[in-house]
Amino acid sequence: MRAWHPIAVIVGVLVAYGLFTNNWSRPPVQSVQEGYRGLGMVQVTDLRQYLANPDVDKLPAPIPEVAAGGPAAGEQYKNLKVLNDISSAEFIRLMAAITAWVSPQQGCAYCHDGANFASDAKYTKIVARRMIQMTRDVNQNWKSHVAMTGVTCYTCHRGNPVPMNIWYSEPGNNTVAGQNHPSEVVGSTSLPSDPFSGFFANAKDANSIRIIGNTALQEGNRHSIKQAEYTYGLMMTISKSLGVNCVFCHNSRSFFDWQQSSPKRALAWHGIQMVRNLNMTYLDSLAGVFPPNRLGPHGQLPQISCATCHQGAHKPLMGVSLVKTFPELQGGEAENVAPADQGSPQ
Amino acid sequence: MATYQNIFTQVQVRGAAPDEGVALPIGSLPRLGPGRFHYWLGKIGDAQIGPLYLGWLGIASLVCGFIAIEIIGLNMWASVNWDPIQFVRQLPWLALEPPAPAYGTEIFPPLKEGGWWLMAGFFLTTAIFLWWARMYRRARALGMGTHVAWAFASAIWLYLVLGFIRPLLMGSWAEAVPFGIFPHLDWTAAFSIRYGNLFYNPFHMLSIAFLYGSAVLFAMHGATVLAATRYGAEREIEQVLDRGTAFERGALFWRWTMGFNATAESIHRWAWWFAVLCPLTGGIGILLTGTVVDNWYLWAVKHHVAPMYPHVFGIVTDPALGGTR
Repeated sequence: MRAWHPIAVIVGVLVAYGLFTNNWSRPPVQSVQEGYRGLGMVQVTDLRQYLANPDVDKLPAPIPEVAAGGPAAGEQYKNLKVLNDISSAEFIRLMAAITAWVSPQQGCAYCHDGANFASDAKYTKIVARRMIQMTRDVNQNWKSHVAMTGVTCYTCHRGNPVPMNIWYSEPGNNTVAGQNHPSEVVGSTSLPSDPFSGFFANAKDANSIRIIGNTALQEGNRHSIKQAEYTYGLMMTISKSLGVNCVFCHNSRSFFDWQQSSPKRALAWHGIQMVRNLNMTYLDSLAGVFPPNRLGPHGQLPQISCATCHQGAHKPLMGVSLVKTFPELQGGEAENVAPADQGSPQ
Repeated sequence: MATYQNIFTQVQVRGAAPDEGVALPIGSLPRLGPGRFHYWLGKIGDAQIGPLYLGWLGIASLVCGFIAIEIIGLNMWASVNWDPIQFVRQLPWLALEPPAPAYGTEIFPPLKEGGWWLMAGFFLTTAIFLWWARMYRRARALGMGTHVAWAFASAIWLYLVLGFIRPLLMGSWAEAVPFGIFPHLDWTAAFSIRYGNLFYNPFHMLSIAFLYGSAVLFAMHGATVLAATRYGAEREIEQVLDRGTAFERGALFWRWTMGFNATAESIHRWAWWFAVLCPLTGGIGILLTGTVVDNWYLWAVKHHVAPMYPHVFGIVTDPALGGTR
């Protein structure tokens, strides 16, 4: 049969290419309707991947709680600049927890001088102190995003001294060179591969995410399509960091319209403000502390994004709250939640 | 007996030697090649390949097209630091981008900041116009009408709106499409997002209707002719001399099925207009986007095109309006 040989070969090659080069989802795939019927407001989850999520299995073993009270840590230990109001027992328990969360392999000596634990000789101790302040700030003042679940060091670190999903700004990312290469952070599209610098690094760009106009006719909205691609890239990275699609937050018929959005969009909005604020307040304050090997190739400071905590789950650690038994990392009552939060869900 | 009634051509009509075709007008360049037969191409079309008439217009068009592809390809290669392996691996992602918005419609921005894009666009457009003229001239040389050239012109209209006319009206080359495989697709999605969802653009709707309509018409026409080939529907000469049973059956089939039927002549006008109107209406839709309309969703709400659905989430308000954070 002369006629079919080349066709069979071509089909065979295509099938083999498809089988071996793509990461397909097989059934069971769960599809959950979240919006009004018929609008495609559906979350699609590959149950096999979802159930295989190792985040929860690998959680560090809980450390027994200790009674509050007793002498304050600040009286017992020298050179305490944070945590000096909690009891010594709580303090020791927290130090043990931080070791398990951040440097399980390296132990105390990752931050402390073995001969003198009070010494600030190691840069890691300075960083850790600042990060403890950050954790408490997040738990106290950013309930609009982290709710009562809160965060601990483990939320980002997961047993790594340097969290896995950090980023460095790409110098000159505003030129055309900032895109058109395969980039994991934007879902393997050709969108700008640094969707962070413009939105997560300084307050001046706080509102430049919004490129869609509020009027039907053209009334002076000059946002360019290139700007739209940066916003699009940011949304792709959020989608990838959380393991969700667009309609988790938006009604895709009208991305900009808050009234048709899911309440999760408000949560995400607070998340964007939080990431920007934490980068500016905490990570940027460590300039001069980080040694060169912790900086980007052009000396840029490490920064955080959504993926740093979320790591592929729409609730980090599948919603498990580790901070519950660490009141010293929590704030008190919500002190600084924006009044507009009434619409956001829990 | 061999018949035509199959989804691919079972019968290959071949002369003893390749057909030369009619004589060319005086002053024409010679045709290229003696012509030859190819078995596999005969399966899907005429088995005879060539001779080809290129002519001055064809040569000029190919030269300009080559320059454009060369500029695009070399810029893409430069973007991976001239690494041949990365060029192949990243090719679908690579692009030649138009100038940044800051350059407006400047004609000579720095080469590597969009100048090359303008130059590639100039040569590509020239190549396309030359090819259009060549189609027009070849049709005239054969004593044909110029329908193909005008249908092509409709596609050129959409191309020009996207890459030239709309950017000029918006005052910025940055509004134009990048050259690149994924980049132009990402551009398309970003364009729709930026202007509030292009699906609510009525000219986009028309364009889609003509696009899908073209596919439906093509399928209906092709299927009707194939289904009547057992009565000789594709044999043009016989059908012209005597409107025989094949055409009658095809017409009756559709009259019985949907009451109305096109004729063997008018079906080609249907197909031509559907195909031509697809980029024509699409181009109008693009031209209005950003110049006149900024948010197609809101436009559709204003004109009662977009339906409203019940809120299932409760009231979600813009947290930025709340103030502090």
